Amino acid sequence: MKRLYYDLHIHSCLSPCGDMDMTPCNIVGMARLNGLDVIAVCDHNTAENCPAVQAAAEGTHLLFIPGCEVCTEEEIHVVCLFPDVDAALRFSRMLHEKLPPICNDERAFGRQSIFDSQDQEIGTEPLLLLTGAALSVDELPAVVAQYGGFCFPAHVDRDSFSILVSLGVIPDSCGFTMAELRDKSRLPQLLTTNPELGDKVIVQNSDAHYLQDIAEPEQFFEVPDDLTTAGQFIAFLKGLRV
Amino acid sequence: MTVKEIPALIEGTVVVKGDDQREVTGVYCCDMLSQVMGRAPADCAWVTIMGGVNAVAVSALADTACIIVAEGLDVDADAVVKAREQDIPVLRTPLPIFEAAKRIDKALS
Repeated sequence: MKRLYYDLHIHSCLSPCGDMDMTPCNIVGMARLNGLDVIAVCDHNTAENCPAVQAAAEGTHLLFIPGCEVCTEEEIHVVCLFPDVDAALRFSRMLHEKLPPICNDERAFGRQSIFDSQDQEIGTEPLLLLTGAALSVDELPAVVAQYGGFCFPAHVDRDSFSILVSLGVIPDSCGFTMAELRDKSRLPQLLTTNPELGDKVIVQNSDAHYLQDIAEPEQFFEVPDDLTTAGQFIAFLKGLRV
Repeated sequence: MTVKEIPALIEGTVVVKGDDQREVTGVYCCDMLSQVMGRAPADCAWVTIMGGVNAVAVSALADTACIIVAEGLDVDADAVVKAREQDIPVLRTPLPIFEAAKRIDKALS
Protein backbone atom coordinates (compact mmCIF):
# COMPACT_ATOMS: atom_id res chain seq x y z
CA MET A 1 0.00 0.00 0.00
CA LYS A 2 1.11 3.58 -0.51
CA ARG A 3 -0.08 7.00 0.56
CA LEU A 4 -1.44 9.45 -1.99
CA TYR A 5 -1.57 13.00 -0.67
CA TYR A 6 -4.46 14.71 -2.36
CA ASP A 7 -6.26 17.90 -3.22
CA LEU A 8 -9.33 16.99 -5.25
CA HIS A 9 -10.92 20.40 -5.64
CA ILE A 10 -8.84 23.09 -7.34
CA HIS A 11 -10.14 25.81 -9.65
CA SER A 12 -8.36 27.09 -12.71
CA CYS A 13 -8.63 30.51 -14.37
CA LEU A 14 -11.62 29.17 -16.31
CA SER A 15 -13.75 29.63 -13.20
CA PRO A 16 -14.53 33.36 -13.23
CA CYS A 17 -13.60 33.58 -9.55
CA GLY A 18 -10.36 31.70 -10.23
CA ASP A 19 -7.28 33.90 -10.14
CA MET A 20 -5.58 34.45 -13.51
CA ASP A 21 -2.43 32.79 -12.08
CA MET A 22 -4.36 29.51 -11.83
CA THR A 23 -3.05 28.35 -15.20
CA PRO A 24 -2.56 24.68 -16.05
CA CYS A 25 1.24 24.80 -15.70
CA ASN A 26 1.09 26.84 -12.50
CA ILE A 27 -1.42 24.50 -10.88
CA VAL A 28 0.70 21.45 -11.71
CA GLY A 29 3.86 23.25 -10.62
CA MET A 30 2.42 24.39 -7.31
CA ALA A 31 0.91 20.97 -6.57
CA ARG A 32 4.29 19.34 -7.19
CA LEU A 33 6.10 21.98 -5.11
CA ASN A 34 3.68 21.34 -2.28
CA GLY A 35 4.41 17.62 -2.53
CA LEU A 36 0.95 16.43 -3.56
CA ASP A 37 0.52 13.09 -5.33
CA VAL A 38 -2.96 13.50 -6.82
CA ILE A 39 -5.01 16.56 -7.74
CA ALA A 40 -8.29 17.27 -9.47
CA VAL A 41 -9.16 20.48 -11.29
CA CYS A 42 -12.87 21.21 -10.87
CA ASP A 43 -14.03 24.42 -12.47
CA HIS A 44 -17.59 25.65 -12.10
CA ASN A 45 -19.82 23.74 -14.52
CA THR A 46 -17.00 22.98 -16.98
CA ALA A 47 -14.00 20.74 -17.59
CA GLU A 48 -12.60 22.61 -20.61
CA ASN A 49 -9.23 23.34 -18.96
CA CYS A 50 -8.70 19.69 -18.03
CA PRO A 51 -6.93 18.72 -21.28
CA ALA A 52 -4.31 21.41 -20.69
CA VAL A 53 -3.76 20.41 -17.05
CA GLN A 54 -3.51 16.75 -18.11
CA ALA A 55 -0.84 17.66 -20.64
CA ALA A 56 1.03 19.78 -18.09
CA ALA A 57 1.04 16.86 -15.64
CA GLU A 58 2.27 14.38 -18.28
CA GLY A 59 5.67 12.94 -17.48
CA THR A 60 5.53 14.04 -13.84
CA HIS A 61 4.66 11.88 -10.85
CA LEU A 62 1.52 13.92 -10.23
CA LEU A 63 -1.70 11.99 -10.88
CA PHE A 64 -4.27 14.30 -12.47
CA ILE A 65 -8.00 13.62 -12.16
CA PRO A 66 -10.21 15.62 -14.53
CA GLY A 67 -13.24 17.08 -12.78
CA CYS A 68 -15.99 19.63 -12.70
CA GLU A 69 -17.78 21.37 -9.83
CA VAL A 70 -21.42 21.22 -10.85
CA CYS A 71 -23.86 23.79 -9.51
CA THR A 72 -27.21 22.00 -9.44
CA GLU A 73 -30.55 23.69 -9.95
CA GLU A 74 -30.84 23.94 -6.15
CA GLU A 75 -27.52 25.86 -6.23
CA ILE A 76 -25.79 22.98 -4.45
CA HIS A 77 -22.14 22.47 -5.45
CA VAL A 78 -21.08 18.90 -6.21
CA VAL A 79 -17.53 17.82 -7.07
CA CYS A 80 -17.60 15.43 -10.03
CA LEU A 81 -14.46 13.44 -10.95
CA PHE A 82 -13.94 11.39 -14.11
CA PRO A 83 -11.71 8.47 -15.17
CA ASP A 84 -10.28 10.34 -18.15
CA VAL A 85 -10.31 13.72 -19.89
CA ASP A 86 -12.56 12.45 -22.70
CA ALA A 87 -15.32 11.46 -20.27
CA ALA A 88 -14.92 14.75 -18.38
CA LEU A 89 -15.24 16.76 -21.58
CA ARG A 90 -18.30 14.83 -22.78
CA PHE A 91 -19.92 15.44 -19.40
CA SER A 92 -18.92 19.10 -19.48
CA ARG A 93 -20.39 19.60 -22.96
CA MET A 94 -23.63 17.91 -21.94
CA LEU A 95 -23.77 20.16 -18.88
CA HIS A 96 -23.15 23.24 -21.00
CA GLU A 97 -26.47 22.61 -22.76
CA LYS A 98 -28.19 22.77 -19.37
CA LEU A 99 -26.83 26.17 -18.33
CA PRO A 100 -29.16 29.18 -18.50
CA PRO A 101 -28.38 31.50 -21.42
CA ILE A 102 -26.83 34.18 -19.24
CA CYS A 103 -23.62 35.62 -20.63
CA ASN A 104 -20.64 36.31 -18.44
CA ASP A 105 -19.93 39.91 -17.49
CA GLU A 106 -16.19 40.03 -16.86
CA ARG A 107 -16.39 43.25 -14.87
CA ALA A 108 -18.83 41.67 -12.43
CA PHE A 109 -17.59 38.07 -12.28
CA GLY A 110 -14.13 37.80 -13.81
CA ARG A 111 -12.64 36.31 -16.93
CA GLN A 112 -13.36 32.69 -17.91
CA SER A 113 -10.16 31.70 -19.73
CA ILE A 114 -9.53 28.47 -21.62
CA PHE A 115 -5.81 27.68 -21.78
CA ASP A 116 -3.55 25.32 -23.69
CA SER A 117 -0.79 23.26 -22.11
CA GLN A 118 1.71 26.05 -22.78
CA ASP A 119 -0.37 28.41 -20.63
CA GLN A 120 -1.55 30.36 -23.66
CA GLU A 121 -5.15 31.57 -23.60
CA ILE A 122 -6.93 29.96 -26.53
CA GLY A 123 -10.44 31.17 -25.81
CA THR A 124 -12.98 32.29 -23.25
CA GLU A 125 -16.26 30.76 -22.17
CA PRO A 126 -19.08 33.18 -23.08
CA LEU A 127 -21.78 31.69 -20.83
CA LEU A 128 -21.59 32.56 -17.14
CA LEU A 129 -20.37 29.44 -15.36
CA LEU A 130 -21.66 30.46 -11.92
CA THR A 131 -25.30 29.69 -12.64
CA GLY A 132 -27.28 26.61 -11.64
CA ALA A 133 -27.52 23.93 -14.33
CA ALA A 134 -30.89 22.35 -15.11
CA LEU A 135 -29.98 19.22 -13.14
CA SER A 136 -31.19 18.43 -9.66
CA VAL A 137 -28.93 17.06 -6.94
CA ASP A 138 -31.07 13.92 -7.00
CA GLU A 139 -30.47 13.31 -10.72
CA LEU A 140 -26.81 14.26 -10.80
CA PRO A 141 -25.11 11.13 -9.33
CA ALA A 142 -26.73 8.84 -11.93
CA VAL A 143 -25.77 11.21 -14.73
CA VAL A 144 -22.16 11.35 -13.49
CA ALA A 145 -22.11 7.54 -13.30
CA GLN A 146 -23.14 7.36 -16.97
CA TYR A 147 -19.79 9.04 -17.76
CA GLY A 148 -17.90 6.65 -15.48
CA GLY A 149 -17.48 9.36 -12.85
CA PHE A 150 -17.82 9.73 -9.10
CA CYS A 151 -19.26 12.69 -7.22
CA PHE A 152 -19.71 14.09 -3.75
CA PRO A 153 -21.27 17.23 -2.25
CA ALA A 154 -18.74 20.06 -2.01
CA HIS A 155 -17.83 22.08 1.10
CA VAL A 156 -20.85 20.96 3.12
CA ASP A 157 -19.61 23.09 6.02
CA ARG A 158 -19.78 26.29 3.97
CA ASP A 159 -22.64 28.72 4.55
CA SER A 160 -23.61 28.92 0.90
CA PHE A 161 -23.83 26.51 -2.06
CA SER A 162 -23.73 23.65 0.41
CA ILE A 163 -26.18 20.74 0.39
CA LEU A 164 -26.65 21.18 4.14
CA VAL A 165 -27.64 24.83 3.70
CA SER A 166 -29.94 24.19 0.74
CA LEU A 167 -31.61 20.99 1.92
CA GLY A 168 -30.70 20.73 5.60
CA VAL A 169 -29.61 17.11 5.10
CA ILE A 170 -27.70 14.90 2.67
CA PRO A 171 -30.61 12.79 1.37
CA ASP A 172 -30.02 9.02 1.29
CA SER A 173 -31.71 8.96 -2.09
CA CYS A 174 -28.72 10.76 -3.66
CA GLY A 175 -26.51 7.79 -2.86
CA PHE A 176 -23.48 9.86 -1.87
CA THR A 177 -20.77 7.85 -0.08
CA MET A 178 -18.41 10.79 0.36
CA ALA A 179 -18.73 14.40 1.51
CA GLU A 180 -16.26 17.27 1.39
CA LEU A 181 -15.57 19.61 4.26
CA ARG A 182 -13.53 22.80 4.01
CA ASP A 183 -12.30 22.05 7.52
CA LYS A 184 -12.47 18.53 8.92
CA SER A 185 -12.22 19.84 12.49
CA ARG A 186 -15.85 20.99 12.12
CA LEU A 187 -17.04 17.39 11.71
CA PRO A 188 -17.88 16.64 15.38
CA GLN A 189 -20.11 19.72 15.55
CA LEU A 190 -21.75 18.93 12.20
CA LEU A 191 -22.47 15.35 13.25
CA THR A 192 -24.74 16.60 16.02
CA THR A 193 -27.04 18.27 13.48
CA ASN A 194 -26.38 15.95 10.54
CA PRO A 195 -25.69 12.40 11.73
CA GLU A 196 -25.91 11.17 8.12
CA LEU A 197 -22.36 12.52 7.72
CA GLY A 198 -21.29 9.62 9.93
CA ASP A 199 -21.63 7.12 7.11
CA LYS A 200 -19.86 9.26 4.50
CA VAL A 201 -16.13 9.17 3.81
CA ILE A 202 -15.09 12.70 4.71
CA VAL A 203 -12.53 14.47 2.54
CA GLN A 204 -10.97 17.88 2.93
CA ASN A 205 -9.96 19.72 -0.22
CA SER A 206 -8.75 23.25 -0.73
CA ASP A 207 -11.35 24.60 -3.20
CA ALA A 208 -8.36 26.75 -4.17
CA HIS A 209 -9.02 29.74 -6.39
CA TYR A 210 -5.49 31.08 -5.76
CA LEU A 211 -2.16 29.24 -6.04
CA GLN A 212 -1.23 29.78 -2.40
CA ASP A 213 -4.42 28.02 -1.32
CA ILE A 214 -3.64 24.70 -3.00
CA ALA A 215 -3.38 22.12 -0.23
CA GLU A 216 -0.28 21.07 1.62
CA PRO A 217 0.28 17.28 1.74
CA GLU A 218 -1.84 16.67 4.84
CA GLN A 219 -4.85 14.70 3.59
CA PHE A 220 -4.13 11.29 2.09
CA PHE A 221 -5.61 7.99 0.94
CA GLU A 222 -3.97 4.61 1.49
CA VAL A 223 -4.13 2.95 -1.93
CA PRO A 224 -2.71 -0.20 -3.56
CA ASP A 225 0.84 0.21 -4.87
CA ASP A 226 -0.30 -0.51 -8.43
CA LEU A 227 -2.81 2.38 -8.48
CA THR A 228 -1.34 4.74 -11.06
CA THR A 229 -4.16 5.92 -13.35
CA ALA A 230 -7.14 8.23 -13.02
CA GLY A 231 -9.45 5.35 -13.91
CA GLN A 232 -8.06 3.23 -11.08
CA PHE A 233 -8.34 6.17 -8.70
CA ILE A 234 -12.01 6.71 -9.55
CA ALA A 235 -12.70 3.00 -9.01
CA PHE A 236 -10.92 3.27 -5.66
CA LEU A 237 -13.06 6.25 -4.60
CA LYS A 238 -16.24 4.45 -5.66
CA GLY A 239 -15.34 1.51 -3.41
CA LEU A 240 -14.45 3.56 -0.33
CA ARG A 241 -16.70 3.12 2.69
CA VAL A 242 -16.49 4.31 6.27
CA MET B 1 -38.31 56.55 -2.60
CA THR B 2 -34.53 56.38 -2.36
CA VAL B 3 -32.38 53.65 -0.83
CA LYS B 4 -31.52 56.10 1.97
CA GLU B 5 -35.09 55.93 3.26
CA ILE B 6 -35.18 52.14 3.55
CA PRO B 7 -33.26 51.41 6.80
CA ALA B 8 -35.85 53.31 8.86
CA LEU B 9 -38.61 51.10 7.44
CA ILE B 10 -36.98 47.75 8.23
CA GLU B 11 -35.06 48.27 11.52
CA GLY B 12 -32.11 48.24 9.16
CA THR B 13 -28.45 49.11 9.40
CA VAL B 14 -26.25 50.40 6.61
CA VAL B 15 -23.34 48.05 5.84
CA VAL B 16 -22.25 49.82 2.66
CA LYS B 17 -23.63 53.29 1.90
CA GLY B 18 -23.02 53.10 -1.86
CA ASP B 19 -25.24 55.16 -4.08
CA ASP B 20 -28.02 55.60 -1.50
CA GLN B 21 -29.64 58.42 -3.50
CA ARG B 22 -30.72 55.85 -6.04
CA GLU B 23 -34.47 55.56 -6.65
CA VAL B 24 -36.15 52.30 -5.71
CA THR B 25 -39.10 51.29 -7.87
CA GLY B 26 -39.96 47.83 -6.54
CA VAL B 27 -39.05 44.94 -4.27
CA TYR B 28 -37.70 41.53 -5.29
CA CYS B 29 -37.16 38.49 -3.08
CA CYS B 30 -35.07 35.49 -4.10
CA ASP B 31 -32.10 33.55 -2.74
CA MET B 32 -31.10 31.61 -5.84
CA LEU B 33 -28.50 33.69 -7.60
CA SER B 34 -29.21 32.03 -10.94
CA GLN B 35 -32.81 33.21 -10.71
CA VAL B 36 -31.93 36.72 -9.57
CA MET B 37 -29.54 37.17 -12.47
CA GLY B 38 -32.23 36.58 -15.04
CA ARG B 39 -35.30 37.98 -13.29
CA ALA B 40 -34.63 40.71 -10.77
CA PRO B 41 -35.95 43.99 -12.14
CA ALA B 42 -33.50 46.86 -12.37
CA ASP B 43 -33.89 49.47 -9.60
CA CYS B 44 -35.47 46.99 -7.19
CA ALA B 45 -34.69 46.58 -3.52
CA TRP B 46 -33.42 42.98 -3.51
CA VAL B 47 -34.17 41.25 -0.21
CA THR B 48 -32.22 38.05 0.39
CA ILE B 49 -30.33 35.94 2.90
CA MET B 50 -27.31 35.78 0.57
CA GLY B 51 -24.60 38.06 1.90
CA GLY B 52 -21.63 36.79 -0.07
CA VAL B 53 -19.47 38.31 -2.75
CA ASN B 54 -21.41 36.53 -5.51
CA ALA B 55 -24.58 38.30 -4.38
CA VAL B 56 -22.84 41.63 -4.95
CA ALA B 57 -21.77 40.56 -8.43
CA VAL B 58 -25.32 39.45 -9.20
CA SER B 59 -26.67 42.76 -7.91
CA ALA B 60 -24.34 44.58 -10.29
CA LEU B 61 -25.39 42.38 -13.19
CA ALA B 62 -29.12 42.75 -12.48
CA ASP B 63 -28.69 46.46 -11.63
CA THR B 64 -30.69 46.31 -8.42
CA ALA B 65 -30.88 49.54 -6.41
CA CYS B 66 -29.55 47.82 -3.30
CA ILE B 67 -29.10 44.50 -1.49
CA ILE B 68 -30.89 43.93 1.81
CA VAL B 69 -29.60 40.97 3.80
CA ALA B 70 -32.43 39.76 6.00
CA GLU B 71 -32.85 37.55 9.09
CA GLY B 72 -30.00 39.35 10.80
CA LEU B 73 -27.48 37.40 8.73
CA ASP B 74 -23.97 38.63 8.12
CA VAL B 75 -22.48 40.23 5.06
CA ASP B 76 -19.11 38.68 4.17
CA ALA B 77 -16.04 40.90 4.42
CA ASP B 78 -15.15 40.39 0.75
CA ALA B 79 -18.74 41.24 -0.22
CA VAL B 80 -18.39 44.54 1.65
CA VAL B 81 -15.18 45.33 -0.25
CA LYS B 82 -16.76 44.53 -3.60
CA ALA B 83 -19.94 46.50 -2.83
CA ARG B 84 -17.84 49.54 -1.88
CA GLU B 85 -15.86 49.26 -5.12
CA GLN B 86 -19.07 49.11 -7.13
CA ASP B 87 -20.97 51.72 -5.09
CA ILE B 88 -23.76 49.22 -4.33
CA PRO B 89 -25.73 49.96 -1.14
CA VAL B 90 -25.91 46.98 1.21
CA LEU B 91 -28.28 47.00 4.17
CA ARG B 92 -28.97 44.51 6.94
CA THR B 93 -32.23 43.86 8.73
CA PRO B 94 -33.15 41.52 11.57
CA LEU B 95 -36.56 41.02 9.96
CA PRO B 96 -37.52 37.98 7.92
CA ILE B 97 -37.44 38.46 4.14
CA PHE B 98 -41.22 38.73 3.71
CA GLU B 99 -41.69 41.22 6.52
CA ALA B 100 -38.91 43.46 5.24
CA ALA B 101 -40.22 43.26 1.68
CA LYS B 102 -43.80 43.95 2.82
CA ARG B 103 -42.76 47.12 4.65
CA ILE B 104 -40.81 48.45 1.67
CA ASP B 105 -43.65 47.61 -0.71
CA LYS B 106 -46.15 49.39 1.54
CA ALA B 107 -43.99 52.51 1.52
CA LEU B 108 -43.73 52.36 -2.26
CA SER B 109 -47.52 52.12 -2.80
